[in-house]
Amino acid sequence: MSAAPVAPQAESAEHHGSGPELGLLLVPPRARTGWRVVPARVLAMCTVELQKLRHDRTELYTRAVQPALWLLIFGETFTRLKAIPTGGIPYLDYLAPGIIAQSAMFIAIFYGIMIIWERDSGVLTKLLVTPTPRAALVTGKAFAAGVKAVVQAAVVVLLAAVLGVGMTANPLRLLGVAVAVVLGSAFFSCLSMTIAGIVLTRDRLMGIGQAITMPLFFGSNALYPVDLMPGWLRAVSRANPLSYQVDALRGLLIGTPSHLGLDFGVLALSTAAGITAASALLGRLAR
Amino acid sequence: MSEQERPAVRCRELAYSFHRGRGKGPVVRAVDGVDLEVRPGEVFGLLGPNGAGKTTTIRAITTLLPTARGMVEVFGHDCAAGRTEVRRLLGYVPQALSADAGLTGRENVALFARVFDVARSERAERVAQALAAVDLTEAADRMAGTYSGGMVRRLELAQALVSAPRLLVLDEPTIGLDPIARAGVWERVDAVRRATGMTVLVTTHYMDEADRHCDRIALMDRGRIRALGTPEELKARVRAEDPAQDAPTLDDVFRHFSGRALADDAKEGEFSDVRRTRRTASRVG
Repeated sequence: MSAAPVAPQAESAEHHGSGPELGLLLVPPRARTGWRVVPARVLAMCTVELQKLRHDRTELYTRAVQPALWLLIFGETFTRLKAIPTGGIPYLDYLAPGIIAQSAMFIAIFYGIMIIWERDSGVLTKLLVTPTPRAALVTGKAFAAGVKAVVQAAVVVLLAAVLGVGMTANPLRLLGVAVAVVLGSAFFSCLSMTIAGIVLTRDRLMGIGQAITMPLFFGSNALYPVDLMPGWLRAVSRANPLSYQVDALRGLLIGTPSHLGLDFGVLALSTAAGITAASALLGRLAR
Repeated sequence: MSEQERPAVRCRELAYSFHRGRGKGPVVRAVDGVDLEVRPGEVFGLLGPNGAGKTTTIRAITTLLPTARGMVEVFGHDCAAGRTEVRRLLGYVPQALSADAGLTGRENVALFARVFDVARSERAERVAQALAAVDLTEAADRMAGTYSGGMVRRLELAQALVSAPRLLVLDEPTIGLDPIARAGVWERVDAVRRATGMTVLVTTHYMDEADRHCDRIALMDRGRIRALGTPEELKARVRAEDPAQDAPTLDDVFRHFSGRALADDAKEGEFSDVRRTRRTASRVG
């Protein structure tokens, strides 16, 4: 949830002086306990994210520009060049899942800026004073980033379909795509929130975000097969969760050979580690 | 002692230090041994200039800062050992304008209903009641970004009230507002308090507000409480100790106990305190 600061207009008094019904405000709500807390908070954060997207879709459209350019310019050109061995499938088809993962990562990697903004605007402070464990708050934020990324991914999938990319229409496989996008975005948003908890300022986070985005992208299998990479870059790619996300998306959408069990396992473990790290550092932002 | 009889807030030797300049500068004792007891049902004001330690005290009470066991209790629940229990009792309005401009007023309040586990069956009604309590029913479905400063503050009050808190904590709730909007915020706080009997802990720069609305006040300066009592008790002490002051105001009371005028606060306080105050005032105004 972002927290664009409220810029109030001139005061307009709005008082009626009548005594409103306050009955429910005298009774505290019954507290959820145990395992029910995290799903409830995740749902709350995701709902807010969808409400904000419903009110303002500008971000959705503007963020579609970059993946469109990658597919239209880079994809179309390299399809004609036939310079990258893709195992017999058109390069545009090979590229499309990589661009879906990239566009989701680009949104998530700057999620920490929203957290710092929420800290500055008081929203985060207020949420930290609710009966929400920090891990539940971070999980909620991470999955909210995932929901946003899924909406974004749907736009890129449609765009790729218009460009003639042959993708699956199997609902189960598409569900798998949504899960892979959510998990990848959850991890990268947690990475961003973790860095936010360390550097504490927007400017520093912007710098670090810019510095790591391209290495993560180029150090993955999003644009080319891992087999083409030099040995050291292959090692980087193996440690990069984006590679596992792309592998899963490619397998599910295009039907290329993939390792879905390993891919989802790595994404789930990375997300869990990200949530743990970001939760541990969240308190630093509130002090 | 039953839960009803326990103090709403009890601080014992509350102390908190931090490094100036994000860990690189000298250590500053923001709060330096504060003993405080807020009684259930009262409006308690924490008064003082920038840098006095009011916000740090509030942050300790609201569990945002780590405290030692036994240092801070809310209705008998220890802020170190029982954070979640304490948070369930709190409604908190921070100094910064914290409503989300990208959501409607109703959605802003509904978020807090959700994170306080209000059941779906009563969520809409409870949110409507919270909005009605602060006179925002008609504006509930407008984006919060179109609200005036006073309306945003009342919206934040609704967010805090939706969980039926026993302790409402307001950090500079009227800073930067014009007199009409200030009166509007206090009118709703007083009305809700009368209706619910909740305890209110408020920090403010405005001595006139404290005089009019607080049952008891604590004057803070440089991390310590310099005087504590009802406004009338404090004025009587000044009259007794300084016969030249026959009708002291709370400003005179502050000057008497701290040795300086409250207006000197422009020269005091951490950079971040002053920045936060000015940022909020500028966004409200």
